[in-house]
Amino acid sequence: MAATQAGKRGRTGRFAPYALVLPGWVWLALFFVAPIASVVSMSLMTGSLGAGYSFTFEVGNYTRALGLYWEQILRSLLYGGLATLLCIAIGYPVAYWIAFKGGAYKTTYLLLVLLPFFVSFVLRTISWGFILSDNGVILGALKGLGVLPADFGVLNSATAVVFGLAYNFLPFMVLPIYAVLERMDHRVVEAAHDLYAGRVQAFVRVVLPMSLPGVFAGVIMVFIPTSADYVTATVLGGTGNTMIGKVIQTQYLVNNAYPLAAAITFVLMAVLLIGIFSYAKALGTEQVMEVQAR
Amino acid sequence: MATATEESRARQGAGAPSGAAAISLEQIVKTYRSGGEDVQAVRGVDLRIEQGEFFSLLGPSGCGKTTTMRMVAGFEDPTSGTVRLHGDDVTGIPPHRRDVNMVFQSYALFPHMTVFDNVAFGLRRKGEAAGEIRRKVAESLELVELSGRERTKPGRLSGGQQQRVALARALVNRPSALLLDEPLGALDLKLRQAMQIELKRIQRDVGITFVYVTHDQGEALTMSDRIAVMNGGRVEQLGTPAEIYERPATRFTAGFIGTSNLLSGTVDGHRGGFAEIGIDGAGEILAECDSPAGSRVDLTVRPEKIALDTAEPSADRARLPGVVAEVVYLGSTTHYTVRLGDGTEIVVFRQNSSDAASAADRGDTVWVSWRPEHAYALPGT
Repeated sequence: MAATQAGKRGRTGRFAPYALVLPGWVWLALFFVAPIASVVSMSLMTGSLGAGYSFTFEVGNYTRALGLYWEQILRSLLYGGLATLLCIAIGYPVAYWIAFKGGAYKTTYLLLVLLPFFVSFVLRTISWGFILSDNGVILGALKGLGVLPADFGVLNSATAVVFGLAYNFLPFMVLPIYAVLERMDHRVVEAAHDLYAGRVQAFVRVVLPMSLPGVFAGVIMVFIPTSADYVTATVLGGTGNTMIGKVIQTQYLVNNAYPLAAAITFVLMAVLLIGIFSYAKALGTEQVMEVQAR
Repeated sequence: MATATEESRARQGAGAPSGAAAISLEQIVKTYRSGGEDVQAVRGVDLRIEQGEFFSLLGPSGCGKTTTMRMVAGFEDPTSGTVRLHGDDVTGIPPHRRDVNMVFQSYALFPHMTVFDNVAFGLRRKGEAAGEIRRKVAESLELVELSGRERTKPGRLSGGQQQRVALARALVNRPSALLLDEPLGALDLKLRQAMQIELKRIQRDVGITFVYVTHDQGEALTMSDRIAVMNGGRVEQLGTPAEIYERPATRFTAGFIGTSNLLSGTVDGHRGGFAEIGIDGAGEILAECDSPAGSRVDLTVRPEKIALDTAEPSADRARLPGVVAEVVYLGSTTHYTVRLGDGTEIVVFRQNSSDAASAADRGDTVWVSWRPEHAYALPGT
């Protein structure tokens, strides 16, 4: 009697962990696996919104996606890459300064970095449209002073899109870098100074390599969404700066070309995944993870 | 830079009494600003640390020992005073341009580098040739018995091994002085004791001046040639381990180093080189004391100098009657607490040797006694 009870309890114990992760699995299945599966199957269908779609294993959607829009895909990766580099260039010093010089006000400075997030993403981007417009607050004033020629413009250019993307995703770069720098043992930096490294050497040899996991996380968190972004390019870019996100949106919602849109989506996803994995490989994931684990 | 030091060392010769000390601190004061208030961490420290010496800064936390060491390393600048290395004023010179290296309490190894790269770090910054670096790193790892672990990352080493890497990383540069900030604090007791002997051996082998910061008096006594006992930002006493232990200069040192019995009394007179001192409410004893008759003094006696007897000891010993209040058996020794007539408690350590007379029990009336030269009046009391 007692033995069977113990046995029962043992069995429940064995299944308990699986029961606990069940909600997680259900969530993933519903909101990740199912949509992906639906996109994949949609990308291999033919038909129209009116006549309905049928699964015909239409690989042509992919060749069309690549053939028609390779330019936008490459441009998206380029803009996303440039915005990511810009985010590192601006975000790293900011994170460094807050972590090492922020003193008692670290939290306040972090809040300031996050403050733009309290305003809607679209609204912020549109505001930049106003600020940077040809006769807006900045350019208008500078043109009035004769500093800039009358036909000078920033909007509707690749520059505007890249800077807009960098602006919108900057906190995603600052936060992970800050997190790594903040918990870095300051004695390690002192040890570098003690071993004849000046400020530059100590930074290059010790601080920077030790903060790479933060940069790694930041790059992933900025590069993926910026490459797929369509709001910024739509608002700040012109006809020559279309990014792939905009194409997908148009194909889905304007042309209702669901299979083609699904194929482009999947191509973008595949390109990003391959990019991220080769990036991790090149950087040496093991090393990155090892430092982070400490 | 390295050659200049080598020359200066050669000029001086080992342990030459004249000439510049390896490290000299002159009237060092360090004041921090904390919460709108000035906190004096170090209040006028003067020290001369000789070439090749194993020197300890010993004191409780907050006594200023670490701050003092950090000023030698260059991580802190003194508010006033001068730091000299081999006679050269280095006050205000940043750490990377000082010929001293530090072993940190937390080791502060570079986690992203292999053991080899950690140890080679300083040599590379000094721009030494690759071949030289390989040779010196190998030699240094051999010294700390870590040969063969060159390719390992510090995270895969045990605490004791990390400690050795930190030591090798500093020693490989052959600094004019090595600063060690409680380097054994994170190790367990057995390993700590083994490393104490190891550190002393390494120091003898390489002949580099070691400055060792610790709050552990046992560690300081075991390894040091000289100890500076610090308290409240000042040096309380400076001397060899034996001097510090046998002749504590202040009440603080007497209490901080080992276990000490403190007795208060009045000098009644002098006889045969000793003073007769009336211990309040306990009896009259002989002790070393130069104070004139009538002055109040504090005496200290180390517990292991005291004998415990049931019969009255001979009159040439300092002796006081009391009652055993506590008996603690510790294997090789037994610690007795004896309460004197006035309530003062005296701690007695007794070896549990086989020929020892049967021990006293709690509540027994006993005599505590010691040779008069083992009781010592603290100066300035």
